[in-house]
Amino acid sequence: MSAGAHPSQRPRASSATALRAILAKDLRVELRTLQSVPAMALFAVTTFVLFRYGLDRESLSGGLAAGVLLATVLFAAIIAINRLFVAEREEGGFDAIRLAPVDATALLGAKAAALVIYLVVLEAIAVPVFALFFLDSASGIPPLAGVLVLVDLGLAATGVLISSIAANSRARDLLVPLILLPLLVPVMIAAAGASQELLAAGGPSYDGVAKWLAVLAFYDMTFAAVGFAVYDYLLED
Amino acid sequence: MADATSVQRRDDPAAATVSHVAAELGGVWREFGERVVLRDVTMDVSRGSTLSVLGPNGAGKTTLLRILATLLRPSAGQVSVLGATLPRDAWRVRGRITYLGHEPLLYRDLTGAENLRFHARLHGLPGDGADRIDHLLDSVRMSRRADELVRNLSAGMVQRLAVCRAVLHEPELLLLDEPRSHLDPEAAELIEPVLGPEPGRTRVIVTHDVDAALAEADLILALRAGGSVAYAGPANGLSAGDARAIYGGGP
Repeated sequence: MSAGAHPSQRPRASSATALRAILAKDLRVELRTLQSVPAMALFAVTTFVLFRYGLDRESLSGGLAAGVLLATVLFAAIIAINRLFVAEREEGGFDAIRLAPVDATALLGAKAAALVIYLVVLEAIAVPVFALFFLDSASGIPPLAGVLVLVDLGLAATGVLISSIAANSRARDLLVPLILLPLLVPVMIAAAGASQELLAAGGPSYDGVAKWLAVLAFYDMTFAAVGFAVYDYLLED
Repeated sequence: MADATSVQRRDDPAAATVSHVAAELGGVWREFGERVVLRDVTMDVSRGSTLSVLGPNGAGKTTLLRILATLLRPSAGQVSVLGATLPRDAWRVRGRITYLGHEPLLYRDLTGAENLRFHARLHGLPGDGADRIDHLLDSVRMSRRADELVRNLSAGMVQRLAVCRAVLHEPELLLLDEPRSHLDPEAAELIEPVLGPEPGRTRVIVTHDVDAALAEADLILALRAGGSVAYAGPANGLSAGDARAIYGGGP
């Protein structure tokens, strides 16, 4: 029974095909094991409860509201980022992908896409809870979605790169936050700058939001480009 | 005793002629930190032949296989696989080789069939390799267990799936690290036709079974503990006693 053309004549699987295969595999495993997203959501809700009683405030606005939301999303993301390559490391996924005729960037793209999906699901749960706990008005939430999408892309672009570097280190659980958090400072500054206007007391204001969104988009594109440029080399021994 | 050798399969009528070389190792060294794992290994393997690699634990057999599989770079020396110089041109041969090592390269939270479909997609097999997967699962008698999660299968069943995974894309060069491990005699017989010699198929097999190695191989590479070459040449140039002596009288 033949597998089609001889391997030497068979076309390389396109990066898009490989990306879809890896992404579908990751989502299937996550749906089956529920290892990342439920933990992220539980962490976020618990953190909001702690902030609620720790700050002893019934409502937040402006910079404080933005800080609470963004810091919570960031630390919840670390949970998923730490787990992104566990199966690849422990079950031979790195070797399997390197043995296949596909670009390593398919792995980078698939993991980034998986992380973005996890973060979007997290935010679909966490943001309404945040609004319920802390906001007098939810009018700032719809425009906040745009900021969060750019934050998610930044977290994915940097998180996948750092997680991949740390995956084969014994200190990986420590390495990811130690390396990643400083790299994400620009994301937090820009996201907080945009969000504090959108979560301002008395309703969203759009002054300066475009500038911060441009900073976020620039950061995302820069790290995405760095990832695609270096990932083939990172995956080799 | 080490020498570079190139022969064809014994049953090949053109055995006296030199054929295209599937794998070439020229003065290959590999170090991990200060520890030398392979020392100056030189060996040619012709297309269509079988090379058995013998040696005690720590002799560098798995390291050698991983270098040929493009998964590890040599510290020094030249490596060429299917005409591609490694590691520079590794991309040219990925998809034409396979590596069956100690890890099955299967995800434990996917079923056997899902794992094989995943690998078929990575290798760009038409129709996600559905026919090929059915045929291979049938060959190793895993069709009825193919929809179970890999984590729920025994080690022997996982190894049978790993064999299917390894040959799914019909590789030209098979790099097999103790392929019969975890298998009972019946299962070991089942995988023989799947991993066995075929026209154009070159095999490099790491094994501790000296008798099997001498029986099935055209070439033997025997490594001493520490990674130096004890013997590299035709299988019929090495006696079973000399082969066992590499293990210090065992195994």
